[in-house]
Amino acid sequence: MTTRARVLVLACAIALLAAVATASVLHAAARSDRKDHAQPGGPAVSAGRVALTGSGGDRIVFRNMAWGPHRDELSTVPASRPGGERTASGVQCVRFHAAGGTGICLQVVHSGVQDSYRAVVLDARLHETARYDIPGVPSRARVSPSGRFATWTVFVGGDSYANSTFSTRAAILDTRTGRLTPSLEAFRVIKDGRDYHAVDINFWGVTFSADDRHFYATMATKGSTYLVRGDLGARTVTTLHSNVECPSLSPDETRIAFKKRVMGLPADAPWRLYVMDLRSGRETALAETRNVDDQAVWADDRTLAYALPGDFGANLFTVPADGTGAPRPLLTAALSPVYLGGS
Amino acid sequence: MYVADSRASGAPSAGSAARVPDRPGRRRAAVAPTVLALGTVSLITDVSSEMVSAILPLYLVVGLGLSPLGFGLLDGVYNGVSALVRLVGGHLADRGTGRHKAVAVLGYGLSALCKPLLLVAHTLPLIGAVLAADRTGKGLRTAPRDAMISLSSEPGTQGRSFGVHRAMDTAGALLGPLTAFLVLRATVDGYDAVFTVSFCVAMVGVLVLVLFVPGKLTGPSAGTVDGVRTAPAEGSPPVRLDGSGPGSGSGSGSGRKGTAEAARPTFRAALALLRRRDIRRIAVCALLLGLATVSDSFIYLLLQRRLGVPDRWFALLPLGTAAAFLLLAVPLGRLADRIGRSRVFLAGHGALLCAYGLLLSDWHGAVLPYAVLLLHGTFYAATDGVLMAAASESVPVALRSSGLALVQTGQAFARFVCSLAFGAAWTAWGDRTALGAATVLLACCVLAVGRTLGRPPAASTRLDAPTSEETPA
Repeated sequence: MTTRARVLVLACAIALLAAVATASVLHAAARSDRKDHAQPGGPAVSAGRVALTGSGGDRIVFRNMAWGPHRDELSTVPASRPGGERTASGVQCVRFHAAGGTGICLQVVHSGVQDSYRAVVLDARLHETARYDIPGVPSRARVSPSGRFATWTVFVGGDSYANSTFSTRAAILDTRTGRLTPSLEAFRVIKDGRDYHAVDINFWGVTFSADDRHFYATMATKGSTYLVRGDLGARTVTTLHSNVECPSLSPDETRIAFKKRVMGLPADAPWRLYVMDLRSGRETALAETRNVDDQAVWADDRTLAYALPGDFGANLFTVPADGTGAPRPLLTAALSPVYLGGS
Repeated sequence: MYVADSRASGAPSAGSAARVPDRPGRRRAAVAPTVLALGTVSLITDVSSEMVSAILPLYLVVGLGLSPLGFGLLDGVYNGVSALVRLVGGHLADRGTGRHKAVAVLGYGLSALCKPLLLVAHTLPLIGAVLAADRTGKGLRTAPRDAMISLSSEPGTQGRSFGVHRAMDTAGALLGPLTAFLVLRATVDGYDAVFTVSFCVAMVGVLVLVLFVPGKLTGPSAGTVDGVRTAPAEGSPPVRLDGSGPGSGSGSGSGRKGTAEAARPTFRAALALLRRRDIRRIAVCALLLGLATVSDSFIYLLLQRRLGVPDRWFALLPLGTAAAFLLLAVPLGRLADRIGRSRVFLAGHGALLCAYGLLLSDWHGAVLPYAVLLLHGTFYAATDGVLMAAASESVPVALRSSGLALVQTGQAFARFVCSLAFGAAWTAWGDRTALGAATVLLACCVLAVGRTLGRPPAASTRLDAPTSEETPA
């Protein structure tokens, strides 16, 4: 083939590929229209007032992922009728949690060349009271039962050049004093009764006790994960158990729900939901047999709710906490559920 | 016309090289067209692949609601597989005429086809499988590509050629994330658009490779090229390219013949390369220095901890290294051709040593992070392509891919061992002591390697006759 012919072939191919690329970008850009229209058969959503306290019976607040004008907004449904009409707040979060009248909302901020991320503290009426830059992609969020402490975990890339490994940073914020611990790695680590130092320590998935002093979290080092119990006063974390990720403390604080890496499952989808009794250390496998990559929440002392990937990002399910029964769908196109009492 | 073309058509290169100075008033191209073409392929491909890696965490977490941690844990496995696949790719590429290009097309093509698959893979296992295939493609193509760069370059301009290639490669790596974020900016959750654009870009790369990189870089001329390279270029004084020391290789025809026989592209022949003193020396030096090369992530973590780099800027640290790499790859490659590749390779580790020193020092100037990243980028610019250029001098043409793959894999293995040891040392003694230990180790390795490579080679036993344009006018 002559050089001329080659250049011609290349030019034609580039024109064709450029057309495909442009079409795909335009298609994705035009999707904003489609995503702003509710899908047939999807849940009904309407704008309204969403509060983190107040009457009206038990409610679930969550990130609504259904297509339509209120996509990604914090929305609420009555806990007794989760399939009913959703009320959307206008506040967009990719991850959310709330308790005691305080909400924590993790957001992606599209600005400049590179996306940035922030954590926004919300009051009971979803008004912003503080905001913090966070160093990576938001993953987990929790608020302590009293509403005083908030925590978030983010994934940080770039720890190594041209590589796809991620590390995590777990931050804890005292919303009353504004004191922020940007990374739990600043805490003293006690592993097997001794001070432990390692460069590869990662923390994620914090869950708080009601005493506003203690918390549980995942610590990973040397390829293993541990359940740690943290002390906000002493600024220490102590290992309790191994192979525990994304713990979630039950309302009566006797049990921890978590995802466990189970031997024999595919290395990249290894997690099953378990509940561990904190006193005896006994683990119970739950009836959900799919790979759960989420920090479950307790709907009450007997039921857990969690997300699984779905057509619109994620769907929510519930399963009994004692290993019996079967998983049941809770909400479609939803993420980050929080159960709020109506009292 | 440049030598690569004449070589591709089977003409003896040293003849043309010797003739060129007699042709006044004509400046020759700085690098072979094939190198530019391969550089373009790498640039385009890196735009494509870095587009995907830049948005992957965002896509997994925000788009799919998964946590990328499980995938991150798999990454180490993929990297190990990629190093082994590289050996296989190198071996396949050496087995016959035009195989380099065929294997490279296979590798680039496989990675390109993985991009549209990301559109349909929505669970972590599937995404993991697609990325594993992508890594396999990368592993396959690396050694044949580097072999083609070296085979299409004059012996005296290897460093420059690799420098140009690495600079273009890094430019692509810097443009990739930018492109991805621009696409995301223009769309709503446009991850699918990013994957589609990435695929289109990758296909352009494959097409440039298919259309503009000649297939027969070795073939019938292989023996000739090798033979010619041993012949001293008349009329040009020997320039020291590096320390291929006394007795390395053989200048005599009979010795060369023996090498050619040993150079049949079998796995055993590839391993037998290590019996050759000059190759073994390069491999051992790379291995030794690799054992004292702390991995990038540790450098960035140390920078962050020692200097309190804000979290927000953390992701930008690798860009600093890449920018320095981009700017310095060509000048340092050219310098390597002039003063000796091993010297520059060694000096690059000297730059790394300085970076360690700065990290250990008590100096807290505002320019410290920039200085460290500049030194770190200098280290890459002085070692990454330069090592391939240095290795190319000794590896026979028939085994070029396998030989380069062997050196690369050895170095990668050494760095992996170093990472493990450094992590353990950090745990046991703290970051400062660990870095101090690494510094001492690196200094010893640099000294030891410097003594080995510093010995003046005997001019009469030079393997690679320099080309005339390398002779200072």
